[in-house]
Amino acid sequence: MKKLFMLLVLFVLLLPSATWATKPVKIGMVTTLSTKAGYLGEEVRDGFKLAIAQEGGKLGGVPVELLVEDDGRDPGKAKQIADRFMKRDDVKIMTGLIFSNVAIAVIPKVVRSEVLYISPNAGPSALAGKGCNKNYFNVAYQNDNLDEVVGKYVNDAGFKNVYLLAPNYPAGKDHLAGFKRYYKGAIAGEVYTKLGQSDYAPEIAALRAAKPDGVFFFLPGGMGINFIKQFSQAGLNKTIPVFGPAFSFDERLLGAVGAAALGVKNGSQWTHDLDVPANRQFVAAFREAYGRTPTLYASQGYDAARLIGSALKSVEGDVSKLDALRAALRKADFESVRGDFAFAANQHPVQNLYIREVVEDGAGGYTNKTLKTVFTAHSNAYVDACKMD
Amino acid sequence: MPFYVLMLLIIEQILNGLQLGVTLFLMSAGLTLIFGIMQVINLAHGSFYMIGAYVGATVTARSGSFLLGLLAALPAAALVGMLVEAIVLRRLYKKDHVDQVLATFGLIMFFNELTRIIWGRQPLFMDVPAWLSGTVEIIPGIPYPSYRIAVIGVGLLVALFLYLMFAHTRIGMQIRAGASNREMAGALGINIKLIYTLVFGLGTLLAGLAGMMAGPILAVEAGMGESILILTFVVIVIGGIGSVRGAFVGALLVGMVDTLGRAFMPTFFRLFLPTAHADGVAASIASMSIYILMAIILVWRPKGLLPAHA
Repeated sequence: MKKLFMLLVLFVLLLPSATWATKPVKIGMVTTLSTKAGYLGEEVRDGFKLAIAQEGGKLGGVPVELLVEDDGRDPGKAKQIADRFMKRDDVKIMTGLIFSNVAIAVIPKVVRSEVLYISPNAGPSALAGKGCNKNYFNVAYQNDNLDEVVGKYVNDAGFKNVYLLAPNYPAGKDHLAGFKRYYKGAIAGEVYTKLGQSDYAPEIAALRAAKPDGVFFFLPGGMGINFIKQFSQAGLNKTIPVFGPAFSFDERLLGAVGAAALGVKNGSQWTHDLDVPANRQFVAAFREAYGRTPTLYASQGYDAARLIGSALKSVEGDVSKLDALRAALRKADFESVRGDFAFAANQHPVQNLYIREVVEDGAGGYTNKTLKTVFTAHSNAYVDACKMD
Repeated sequence: MPFYVLMLLIIEQILNGLQLGVTLFLMSAGLTLIFGIMQVINLAHGSFYMIGAYVGATVTARSGSFLLGLLAALPAAALVGMLVEAIVLRRLYKKDHVDQVLATFGLIMFFNELTRIIWGRQPLFMDVPAWLSGTVEIIPGIPYPSYRIAVIGVGLLVALFLYLMFAHTRIGMQIRAGASNREMAGALGINIKLIYTLVFGLGTLLAGLAGMMAGPILAVEAGMGESILILTFVVIVIGGIGSVRGAFVGALLVGMVDTLGRAFMPTFFRLFLPTAHADGVAASIASMSIYILMAIILVWRPKGLLPAHA
């Protein structure tokens, strides 16, 4: 009797471990957590983690394990980490890359190895057109989107002579091209500055002399902070309106720019004030978990996690069913914090794009307010160039 | 563009060049002394610039007073500088240049991470003090930010102060003696060790001042010192290692060439190239301009314009 009891106890003790022995699905996140741009990866990671935490360690009811590594914004390092994830950890789903140049170096090999990659940020044209792949999904945007929306808005608002400014590297030219796709007026000047430039006084003086009726700039990170501050110190913000994609106006950068950014209109696919149930829930939960307002990057990380969750649910966590998993991802059957969301043929988002304005948040800080829906269900310019097998 | 508009633009760009020049001078005056007297290659000089900006921004934000921020930033940069000299650099004087480069490069990473640990990844905000926030029309038709004029003024005052100190005070003479021949200076009873620490403190104080003044114009963020450090080294090489006068001339030269190159190169190339092409070429040439300048000067005067050991 005692022996039987002991056996029973042993059996009961073993039981949970036997049923829980289905290992959690590993998700590899290669992202940028160090360098000046480290806060971008932090936001994506925190948004992603929030989605996992809300389900108690699961996504779509499937237990997951998130492996996070910092690429230091270095394509070589990112490649090594991706290799390690695939070979050592046998990861079948990857995400996390922030920078387009890093993405272009890493993603082609990953997707060729039959690993699914879901981009929470970088959306270079090279991977949207000819270089598209059935294993590559972008849940954030195609890079040009946030410029296209500003171009359309500026054009519709009747601006006739706009001055353009971007750093002298491939992404800078892409972003200005995105703007020009929908802006049909004259161009007062098109200036490419040194990457990482800190003082824009000469450019601002030349800009004033050109007498434009508006300025569009793409200067990510610290460059944008510098430009906006100096532009306002030169007294130009009172006479020449400034436009740009959301990258220089996320809530974490606005704190460093201060009042100089007030009134700037910028283009984005998401803002924390979007009145969608999934979004209200997300923003409240994010603020509670991290004590700050989420940026667009955090919303992208969160959506990436929920998209992966929807696909994992459909295959019940069996990542070896690659075709079924891919088909489920393509359906985008999840509640995006952006509201309506679908994938275009090249597996980049079809979504609304908005113009928002920098306003005071009432607590001494600055934030964004959605002003206008410029595009409804907007796709991207590279769909036709993508021939997916 | 009408001729008088072009003239106004040129004058404004010269002011911009002057402003970049004096900022570079504050950085390079200290570094060239450290280079010249201690024979130490100190890559971490940009970190003191960053420390000045961070401490200044924090104190300004807390107290609401830019001047208090300045009063805190200068001693902070000087103090950290003297500590680094006493703890780290003192061990490196007799070592190879490669060791010095490695160690001070390590210091850069150390200070960058330290600021991230203390202040976080988010860049700090720092505004122009209210009494300098407007624009002034020095010449009718050119509204120029008053803050930038103040920066130019402070830079020129520091240059004057350094000149008086080196030319007319005892400590200045001792430092110069140390720069031209340190064994002889030591033999004449000058406390070289003390001079080293003082010079290092003075150099980092000036770097802190430059950082503090750059705070309202630039993003205050970890790693902000590196971008200016490269220009600073160019200035020192052009001016002649160890020479403060050389640093002054070199800084103004680099500031002018860099600014005017960026400002007028596109217009110049548009004269004979299609616009889109011209802008690309101009952007590339403009970012090379100071290095071309450096190469030309080194061919003409291998020791720099005004070398200390001439």
